Amino acid sequence: MKFRAKMIDLGCLNHFTRVVNTIAKLTKSCVLRLTPDNLYFVLSVAPGVQRFCVSVNFFDEYQMEGLSPEANEICLEVAPENISRALKTAQNAKAVKVKLTKKHCPCLTLSAELPSLSSISRVVTHDIPVEVIPRRLWHEFKEPTVPDFDVSIYLPPLKTMKNVVDRMKNLSNILVLEANLGGEMNLKIETDLVSVTTHFKDLGNPPWGDSASQSRSQSWDPEAMAHARVDVRKLQQFLIGQQINPSKAMCNIVHNRIVHLILLQEDMSLQYFIPAVA
Amino acid sequence: MPLSTRSQDGDEGCVLAAALDNVRNLSNILKAISFKDHAVFTATRDGLKVTVEDSKCLQANAFIQTDVFQEFALREESVGFQVNLTVLLDCLAIFGCSSAPGVSTALRMCYNGYGYPLTLYLEEGGVVTVCKINTQEPEEPIDFDFCSTNVTNKVILQSESLKEAFSELDMTSEVLQITMSPSQPFFRLSTFGNSGNAHYDYPKDSDMMELFQCTKTQTNRYKMSLLKSSTKALALSCKASVRTDSRGFLSLQYLVRSDDGQICFVEYYCCPDEEVDEE
Repeated sequence: MKFRAKMIDLGCLNHFTRVVNTIAKLTKSCVLRLTPDNLYFVLSVAPGVQRFCVSVNFFDEYQMEGLSPEANEICLEVAPENISRALKTAQNAKAVKVKLTKKHCPCLTLSAELPSLSSISRVVTHDIPVEVIPRRLWHEFKEPTVPDFDVSIYLPPLKTMKNVVDRMKNLSNILVLEANLGGEMNLKIETDLVSVTTHFKDLGNPPWGDSASQSRSQSWDPEAMAHARVDVRKLQQFLIGQQINPSKAMCNIVHNRIVHLILLQEDMSLQYFIPAVA
Repeated sequence: MPLSTRSQDGDEGCVLAAALDNVRNLSNILKAISFKDHAVFTATRDGLKVTVEDSKCLQANAFIQTDVFQEFALREESVGFQVNLTVLLDCLAIFGCSSAPGVSTALRMCYNGYGYPLTLYLEEGGVVTVCKINTQEPEEPIDFDFCSTNVTNKVILQSESLKEAFSELDMTSEVLQITMSPSQPFFRLSTFGNSGNAHYDYPKDSDMMELFQCTKTQTNRYKMSLLKSSTKALALSCKASVRTDSRGFLSLQYLVRSDDGQICFVEYYCCPDEEVDEE
């Protein structure tokens, strides 16, 4: 197995750092999945609730050789906090190189070439221990396909959504998220003491095109609300992601089954699946 | 952006309808008296009175007069209901607590009468949240029978000085003792805690003292655990009045001025602690 990559663009480096820092806030351990084209961070928040992060073009150079030609991937378990720490020293680096190495154990070695006054650059190297994940477990980390949803809608400003969801959590454990193809979304909670509904309008619905897999939404009544009852805390977890300042945020709902949330930031996407509860 | 005052569904049935451009004028005051879960709301032509009681010995009343509201309409002489105050505060703060400059949450409140929930419409930046909070039969608030003709001692002072004292009070003392007298020590707060006895004296000619009317020397003790509940309102206030009557009952009144200059009052009544004789 081989992996080596290089980043020389400061913007990409900052971006990558922000992503890793956000992930470090969410979990102590995540999986790094390296394929010939992409690098994925996979976070398992709870069984059935996975959060993915796809990165494309973070690196100016990217080469990998997987386990075998038929299984041309590498899966590594790593503590994102360690990558975060290493990236702290690389903030103004001229170049950052990452490669898979074997020291006393398998490691991701990150070396940052830092600017210096003399003609010889300073290089700071970090060895981040990783655990290689055996092939038989790889299916757990595959990127799930976008479900055949009923309604797809752009999310309201995430800061507003986060404020509302944080308050709703004080009142109820279960929240209903519903939306229609007319750009309307409601967040609702209902208990013996109180019912609260927040109405968002004019959100817009993303155009998914005529892909065959989106057949459900084509037969969905545009006025009708597709809804799902979800655990508030899972939605709160997702909203922590608003710290990466996504350029687009959207939500796909499979009526009564799944809420699929997507944050897009340039060439990266963060996807979050929340199953509906009874 | 204020909510339009167009008629909502069921507005016709509202026995109480009120609107505020900035919900914080209400939520800050209510937070100050939220030492218990339940509050009784009484609406009259004068405005809204919110009452919270603790173990039949302490009562807090917040008064939000009609002119604080942008709209206040009442179909009956007096409308009363009881709600869970904690839930109400969460609803009023649904868009978050911190206020970005120029952004405020508008509130419209509607109550259709006995058996109906209290309906709140909150709006910020074009997003509307509707809350329906279940109401209960209002418990009869205690009548402390405190009337101005029975007042033996009264002082009005600037809250600054009281705030300092209350923030330093020895909480290991079970009681707060208040002495009021036409002669020395004039107005004294005392505690008897683990670190010893402490006294805070306010001379009658101090700059902080705006009014001093003490006719008789009185010393009364009040449970610290009860009076602690009054400190949030004290913290919001700029002026305070302290009165005791012939039975030793205490009345604290706080004048609260909001950021946009609105004035509200919060008053507390407290029974003296049983064990002490009056001097």
